[in-house]
Amino acid sequence: MTQVENRHPSETLEINFGPQHPSTHGVFRMQMLLDGEKICSLKPVLGYLHRNHEQIAENITYAASMAYTDRLDYLNAMTNNFAYAIAVEKLAGIEVPERAEYIRVIMAELARLVNHITVIGFLLNDMGAFFTPLLYAFREREKILDIFEEVSGSRMMCNYFRFGGVKRDLTTENLTAIMQIVRRFPAFLEEFEALLTKNEILCMRCQNVGILPANLAVNSSITGPVLRASGVNYDIRKVDGYSIYKRFDFRIPLGEKGDVYDRYFVRILEMRESLKILYQALNKIPQGEFLNKKTLPFLKMPRNFKPAVGEAYGRIESPKGELGFYLVSDGTPQPWRYHVRAPSLINLTVLEDICIGQKVADAIIILGSIDIVLGETDR
Amino acid sequence: MNMPPLLRDIEFAVDLSFVNAKGWILDLLSHIVPDWVVVFASIVISGVAILVLGPVIMMYLTLLERKLIGRIQNRYGPNRVGIWGLLQPIADGIKMFTKEDIVPVYADKVIHCLAPIVIVIPALMVFLVVPFGERMTAVNLNIGLLYFIAVSSITTIPIFMGSWGSRNKYSLLGGMRTAAQMISYEVPMTLSVVPVIMMSQSLSTNKIVLSQSGSYDMNWFIFTPWGIVGFIIFFLCAVAECNRPPFDLPEAESEIIAGFHTEYSGMKFALFYMAEYMNAFTLCGIAATLFLGGWQGPFLPSWIWFLGKTFVLICVMIWFRGTFPRFRVDQLMGFAWKFLLPLTLINILVAGLCHFISEKTGWIYSFIIFSISFWVLVRLNRPWMPEKRHYPLAN
Amino acid sequence: MTSFIEEIRKELSERLPNIKLRLVRASILIENPKDLTQVVFYLKENPRFLLDYLSSITAVDYLDYLESVYHLYSMEKKQGPVVLRVRVSKTDTTIPSLIPIYHGAELQEREAYDTFGIIYEGHPNLKRLFMWDGFEGYPLRKDYEQEDSEILETADIEWLESKGIGITNEVKEKAKQMKMENKRAAAQKPEKPRN
Repeated sequence: MTQVENRHPSETLEINFGPQHPSTHGVFRMQMLLDGEKICSLKPVLGYLHRNHEQIAENITYAASMAYTDRLDYLNAMTNNFAYAIAVEKLAGIEVPERAEYIRVIMAELARLVNHITVIGFLLNDMGAFFTPLLYAFREREKILDIFEEVSGSRMMCNYFRFGGVKRDLTTENLTAIMQIVRRFPAFLEEFEALLTKNEILCMRCQNVGILPANLAVNSSITGPVLRASGVNYDIRKVDGYSIYKRFDFRIPLGEKGDVYDRYFVRILEMRESLKILYQALNKIPQGEFLNKKTLPFLKMPRNFKPAVGEAYGRIESPKGELGFYLVSDGTPQPWRYHVRAPSLINLTVLEDICIGQKVADAIIILGSIDIVLGETDR
Repeated sequence: MNMPPLLRDIEFAVDLSFVNAKGWILDLLSHIVPDWVVVFASIVISGVAILVLGPVIMMYLTLLERKLIGRIQNRYGPNRVGIWGLLQPIADGIKMFTKEDIVPVYADKVIHCLAPIVIVIPALMVFLVVPFGERMTAVNLNIGLLYFIAVSSITTIPIFMGSWGSRNKYSLLGGMRTAAQMISYEVPMTLSVVPVIMMSQSLSTNKIVLSQSGSYDMNWFIFTPWGIVGFIIFFLCAVAECNRPPFDLPEAESEIIAGFHTEYSGMKFALFYMAEYMNAFTLCGIAATLFLGGWQGPFLPSWIWFLGKTFVLICVMIWFRGTFPRFRVDQLMGFAWKFLLPLTLINILVAGLCHFISEKTGWIYSFIIFSISFWVLVRLNRPWMPEKRHYPLAN
Repeated sequence: MTSFIEEIRKELSERLPNIKLRLVRASILIENPKDLTQVVFYLKENPRFLLDYLSSITAVDYLDYLESVYHLYSMEKKQGPVVLRVRVSKTDTTIPSLIPIYHGAELQEREAYDTFGIIYEGHPNLKRLFMWDGFEGYPLRKDYEQEDSEILETADIEWLESKGIGITNEVKEKAKQMKMENKRAAAQKPEKPRN
């Protein structure tokens, strides 16, 4: 085989997996050089959804930016709100009451469930299973989105978190609805797994495809399920212990090889761990305030909220990786600098390295398993 | 068969209703026009029946597929246009007719416009040898099966024409994959049919069906050891020939948008679409003929048996579409060449063996041979078997 | 956290005495940008700190100077953030790139270049990331004047006419006048920041 290749060099085909494509999860472009079906080089081109989020935030107050953070990773809006709230609370030194912390953790874990189901559904859609797993996943997602709507008024762009707590309290009906979902979810996960995990075609397409070695992952600043599937034990919920995650008992699933199958399965195991956290949180949630009363005047007059001069970097474990907000304040109601450390952008650093040598069909699946959302990547 | 004579008469009448109708028309004509016109009219009637039947089947196949896939995905299919969506294909047809026909500027116009025509003609021509009922084969060729295989392999060329003439890199990728896939799957398909030819000692589709008559008309080839394996191989190759999932790389919607028919719109796309579904129908029909006994069956009229068997096979194809993800190109080729092809050769061997020894020992021997060969092939294809993984949970 | 930073600073001033450091708001400021790679390499390889995870590279514009901020963490030892800063003036904006040490710096340095204009030496592919390739200017700097999309300049008129789009004479006159006065078509900035 090698001898034939050397004697007859063939021309490479340059193809654009262009901004308009059914499987690139948004307007994302990959410039590929193909030799037959093998990829010789791959360059991601970004910027098709650049909405200038960071400069907008320099002109508006801190509280008004909360509504813009929903639009960053539009599939799980609660997580972005959470990260921003943590960053501002670090900057201004605001404390959060107990009940609000529990509510925040519940919403964040529900968002994690939504995100992982959606990712797996779209990964299988890219593989050609023609919407069946996706529609099964969306059935469960609809139930969780109904809860988000009851609690915050909107299914996706929730705008629910405030500095020092949340916007509105959870009633007992909301809690029973969430408990019902948590009780029924494992059955759905088992049905999902029975269809997918041992499926031969899935195994053939996903195993040993797009292997990411652990040291390359750490060096390339990869975080999230992609990193954990390569075997590195780093989860910000355990390392930093932000909010009240130290009180919950959950474990971190790790993968062995770092291929697409590992990333898929690590997400399923993470969903199970999230269910454990939800169960514990729903049982232990105390009565109390849902918002720090000292921040109430700022809610009415946001231009009075002037944090002290300084900077803060607040990060959380979002379902896609480490989502961090870097804020620099200069004593005025508007931030001097507002930067989002987007996991989707940084996880794309390795896309070229793990796609070279694979076939075209694999590049789509690898992109689907890295799990990008263009709202975050381009901001 | 022990049926009261009245029921038997009714069954006979229903069975031969189409044949009798045609005979009646010809009879009527023979009084009016000379003899050669009657012969001509007989051909024309068969031709018109096929030309009407083909597209109508295709239209309602699309509706069936959409409704079945909808039900698999826990939703209704189309149900607004007419009761149960029965007028949906007509709405689709109107849409296809009235869409704008876009031809890319740099496309090779001759090839681009010829491709949909060249793909529909073999799809229609194959209907001629499909035995719909007892005396209802349109043209009773005595090389029917050879004709079928030859004509259905023409389909590779117009797909490649379509992809090349569109002057689009995505289409080119799709076209190359298609050519490779369709040629690879021709070989096991043809070889898996060889035991049937051996056993029925004829290439004519009608005679193959007749050789499956026996006890209660249920002596189908699928109830023999070589028949089961042959049927499974033939069905898988048929699914690959029709470019249906899980073998639908040529039109992989999520990877190369629409593969070889990316640049087609309007009526030309409708022709491609039509050819695909008609191919699916005829391949299921031939699978039913060769292995499932064609129109043989007790009690019911023959064409109802035939349509029923074909319908079941089509539902299985649609079921595949709603369930499985698709293969990658090299895995597809590996499956055809390294797994199906040796299996077909062993199948021929087993068929010959079963012919010369009695039935019971035939089953035992073939079971042994098939299990050994299956195990050997699985071991030889080891690199692509799924591995077991272990996931530690850390703190 | 401050004690951790103090430790690091003490260690660095012992091991790398030539490098001038300062503590600024719980972060280490490296006075000379060229020393950055040495410091980072030391922090990565030192078995006591093992800061092998570069979390984020940010750039900030403080009207006199541009600053590049690095957040480092340790995945092995699960240790907290170490923040490094480097300052450059607006005229000479070169900082050595961290690509030889951390592969993950690639896209973030391109973003800082695209939005602030900080040139990272040694970066293999320093092109614009979000803006299109012919874009001029660095959007997130505080003195960036946004173009008004309604008013056309002569360069825009030439491009449009080459595509076959006709422009009225009034617009052409205004553009010629602007060019003579050497003005750019700047957008009106609002007086008060919006809420």
